[in-house]
Amino acid sequence: MKSNTPAVLTGAHYWDGDFACAEGAIAVGCRFFAGYPITPSTEVAERIALRFPLIGGVFVQMEDELGSMAAILGAAWAGTKSMTVTSGPGFSLMQENIGLGAMTETPCIVVNVQRGGPSTGLPTLTGQQDMMQARWGSHGDYEIIALSPSSPQECFDLTITCFNLSEKYRVPVLLMMDECVGHMTEKVVVPALGKIKVQHRRWYRGAKEKYRPYVPAKDGVPPMVKTGDDYRFHITGLTHDQRGYPVINPACQKQCVGRLVRKIKDNADKIIILKEEETEDADVIVVSYGISYRVATKAIADARKKGVKVGSLRLITVWPFPEKRIVELAKKTKCLVMPEINQGQVYLALERCAKGMCKTKLVPHYGGWVHDPNDILKAIIEGAR
Amino acid sequence: MKYWRKPLDTDRVKPPHGEVHIVIDRCKGCGFCITYCPRQVLEVSTHFNRKGYHPPTVVHPEACVNCGLCETICPDFAIWSTPVEEPEKQQKVTSEK
Amino acid sequence: MSRLGTPFLDRNEHHPLEDYLRMDRIPHIWCPTCGLGTALNCMLHAIKKSGIPRQNIAVVSGIGCSGRAAGYVNLDSFHTTHGRAIPFATGLKLANPKLKVVLFSGDGDLIAIGGNHLIHAARRNIDLTVIGINNFNYAMTGGQFGPTTPEKARMTTAPYGSFEHPFNVPFLVDSCGATYVARWTALHVRHLTNSILEALHHKGFSFIEVISPCSTVYARRNRLGDGLDLLKYYHENSEIRNGINTRKCDITFQGRLIVGKFVDKEKPTYSDTMTKSLSEALGDRYVPYQGPMQGKNGD
Repeated sequence: MKSNTPAVLTGAHYWDGDFACAEGAIAVGCRFFAGYPITPSTEVAERIALRFPLIGGVFVQMEDELGSMAAILGAAWAGTKSMTVTSGPGFSLMQENIGLGAMTETPCIVVNVQRGGPSTGLPTLTGQQDMMQARWGSHGDYEIIALSPSSPQECFDLTITCFNLSEKYRVPVLLMMDECVGHMTEKVVVPALGKIKVQHRRWYRGAKEKYRPYVPAKDGVPPMVKTGDDYRFHITGLTHDQRGYPVINPACQKQCVGRLVRKIKDNADKIIILKEEETEDADVIVVSYGISYRVATKAIADARKKGVKVGSLRLITVWPFPEKRIVELAKKTKCLVMPEINQGQVYLALERCAKGMCKTKLVPHYGGWVHDPNDILKAIIEGAR
Repeated sequence: MKYWRKPLDTDRVKPPHGEVHIVIDRCKGCGFCITYCPRQVLEVSTHFNRKGYHPPTVVHPEACVNCGLCETICPDFAIWSTPVEEPEKQQKVTSEK
Repeated sequence: MSRLGTPFLDRNEHHPLEDYLRMDRIPHIWCPTCGLGTALNCMLHAIKKSGIPRQNIAVVSGIGCSGRAAGYVNLDSFHTTHGRAIPFATGLKLANPKLKVVLFSGDGDLIAIGGNHLIHAARRNIDLTVIGINNFNYAMTGGQFGPTTPEKARMTTAPYGSFEHPFNVPFLVDSCGATYVARWTALHVRHLTNSILEALHHKGFSFIEVISPCSTVYARRNRLGDGLDLLKYYHENSEIRNGINTRKCDITFQGRLIVGKFVDKEKPTYSDTMTKSLSEALGDRYVPYQGPMQGKNGD
């Protein structure tokens, strides 16, 4: 390599979440980026535009988010790890092609640095209001994977995890950052190249003439080929059979969509990453994600000082939702408290899983700023009663 | 073949000859090939194919010059022509005309 | 000879394009006297003649009647979302520059919902070959007017006649920077095949508009007969004007049709300018894209 700049910048850095996300993508081998500027995610694109020419990547600034999302799907099928980055309004525009990605089982990642909405809302201020859109944003039935980082270090680490999950399960993976995490500057430690775990593409290794794009492996995920290798495959957003050919009937729909759903649901235990602290004998468990976790930490510490037994469950993977674990916890605790910078989105899933076995309390926020820890504290104390 | 002015090299150049192939049941009866065949080789047949369309039928096989227009204009990949090598004798007859 | 007076297909004989078609999907869904099959036929003939190794060709289409074309070609092919064929192809091409990416899509897909991508792809002069089928309406959904519907044509959402000014598509893409622009009708099969062949070998953004008969909705709604009658209209009203100023290529209802090759020029492509500009700016530090990950043997 002529370049003096290595792809993996091993060492300690002082980066914001957006930069860390860009570096995580580079470190895991992302070499195609298509995006459209939007606050507060633009810094990711800027960092990529600066770094890609030094490490052999293609950066293309598209004319809109619709195009950006379509372009990364095309690049993924060309055989390159690809990503795009956006915020609320752009995320809405990407939804149709996220659906195409889910339907065609295209590995790629979409980063959403969330801001307050709806519409143009609060372009420069934080929110967690796209969480349900992440889950159900595209039309039709499908399962998706979405992760939520709480620090710049996690923006780096989880970008890598997102790519790995995306390659493993052949599904677009969403990194649901928020403005606070994206613009927060902290120490980020980049490990040595050899220490970074990389899930390679699951290439098809059988005979060329026997290749069918959607014959799944044991875990429900089909291996993949790339364009230009003479497999002459066909990919469509229509309901398709194992050959990839459109078949428009209920039986094929059941088989096709059924597997899209099952490959994530059946592997949920392997996909879900949680961080639990002192949940064993807790009276109240605060369930949180993203920046809200960090605010909750203060409330939890304050509550413990007051003698309340509080545990914390952090959703690093938000979707698929950790249904099993929530059910287990709901059985042994008095109350699950959930702070979210929205009017109750992931909370709906929490409430559904708790099934009335314990109390559930939402601590909502309209966005623009994080919670006052005292609001969460109040909910904890009420929950412990 | 009709000529406005007889080319000087008609004794040396012979028009190619082709054989028309039709996949009758693939035809949707659009009539493109029949209408635009420059040598009027084809006509609408009176029979129905399996889909209920009237496919073309070759009425002047000798007139086909293997130009390939039917093959390219057919929207259904149902017709094409292949070159036919004419026997030597026939060639001479043609050139004597 | 059969009773039809026609030789039945010898089972050992095959259509010359069978290698290029997914024969298990033929017959296609297109209506009788639709021109899409003809345009696809011309495209495949051009691909066959081009000598480009087949594995290096990818076909991308959007949604609509013409969007189905990708499903019929025996090549790496992608049936994407409505309007997004061009950006999908952009990603595919930039991530594997060795590919010859051919788009086959309709007027609604490329010019209406995908119009933004069309103008920007032309501006960037990205190396794509776009075959834009213009049948003057949204046919798959039952015949609504679109951005290319000639004024006065009656469509289901313009029951009293369309009153919108339609796009002059060659002028649109020419003015945006396309470096190869041609227009033919589904009747001009030889010109069209040659144009596609030229476009396949052209480096840069090529756009070939194909005026194509829609029998079931456009012709029927406007009482113009069927697709064959539209071919006859093309026959009588087409005027080949190679190199004409694309401003003069407007289409009016059942009016004169200017066809021909309008633009064929050299201009650096997106990849050319990217490489040149980054090399100048970064010198030895510039690392060009190394291509996609390797297939079978890991990456």
